[in-house]
Amino acid sequence: MLLLRRDSFPLQSSDDIVKARQIVRTWAAELGFKLVDQTKIVTASSELARNAYDHGKGGIMIIEAIEDGDRKGLRLTFQDQGPGIPDIEQALKDGYSTSGGLGLGLGGAKRLVNEFHIESTVGKGTTVRIVKWV
Amino acid sequence: MEQIPILKLGKFLLVTIQVDMHDQLALRLQDELTNRIVKENAKGVLIDISALEIVDSFIGRTLANIAAMARILDAETVVVGMQPAVAITMVELGLSLPGVRTALNVERGMEILSSLVQVDSDAPPPA
Ligand SMILES: Nc1ncnc2c1ncn2[C@@H]1O[C@H](COP(=O)(O)OP(=O)(O)O)[C@@H](O)[C@H]1O
Ligand SMILES: [Mg+2]
Repeated sequence: MLLLRRDSFPLQSSDDIVKARQIVRTWAAELGFKLVDQTKIVTASSELARNAYDHGKGGIMIIEAIEDGDRKGLRLTFQDQGPGIPDIEQALKDGYSTSGGLGLGLGGAKRLVNEFHIESTVGKGTTVRIVKWV
Repeated sequence: MEQIPILKLGKFLLVTIQVDMHDQLALRLQDELTNRIVKENAKGVLIDISALEIVDSFIGRTLANIAAMARILDAETVVVGMQPAVAITMVELGLSLPGVRTALNVERGMEILSSLVQVDSDAPPPA
């Protein structure tokens, strides 16, 4: 796996969520994602950035353009040092929300990408990593 | 402070969302629309989202809330102009917009609003 390009951005305000969406859109377009797939990865990033900000008390997004053999992709990592998730399986269920949200962020983001990985430790924080291939 | 303009068109309100809304702005739009429906005694709300590049669960919830609130205030809501890529993504996200009517464009949306409101409240013109 080859790392083509990497950058990171803060997720400390709802404006940062908008900026994160715009950066993901730009990188996805430059990598050659079609419009529907751009829309999917941008939507997934919006959900995960909001989770890091709303539930995780703020964090960062790391964005990486990667290459594996003859395919290129976008890898996004959302990291926070918030309260963590006690039951990940439950959190992934559609409709489950501890904050009156729709509860579609985690499960929905997972459906919109090719790879989805989540790690969370109560009291330490949460890291979600997604990959979408062009 | 940023604002999303709300235009009055007869008994309807027209909102064209032209910016990538951050969450606070979406909430403010929800509040302002509710106030304007009451103030103008509006019978319908048309929300043009053709410039929106995504509808995530927060924006989706905001649109559904606006429709629910409008309904309580006796006004209908139609969302128009959703881009195909946005619609496809919404389905995969698992997002449905309960209580929200959709139409292809502003003209179709206005037709729907007019017909709904006529059936609802307008007395037929004298013969
Ligand atoms: N980064 C995070 N830190 C702590 N808890 C989280 C995080 N992301 C998600 N969660 C938990 O998982 C639940 C489901 O998340 P999600 O599917 O995005 O729905 P919603 O955000 O609408 O509540 C949240 O309500 C929250 O309890
Ligand atoms: Mg969420």
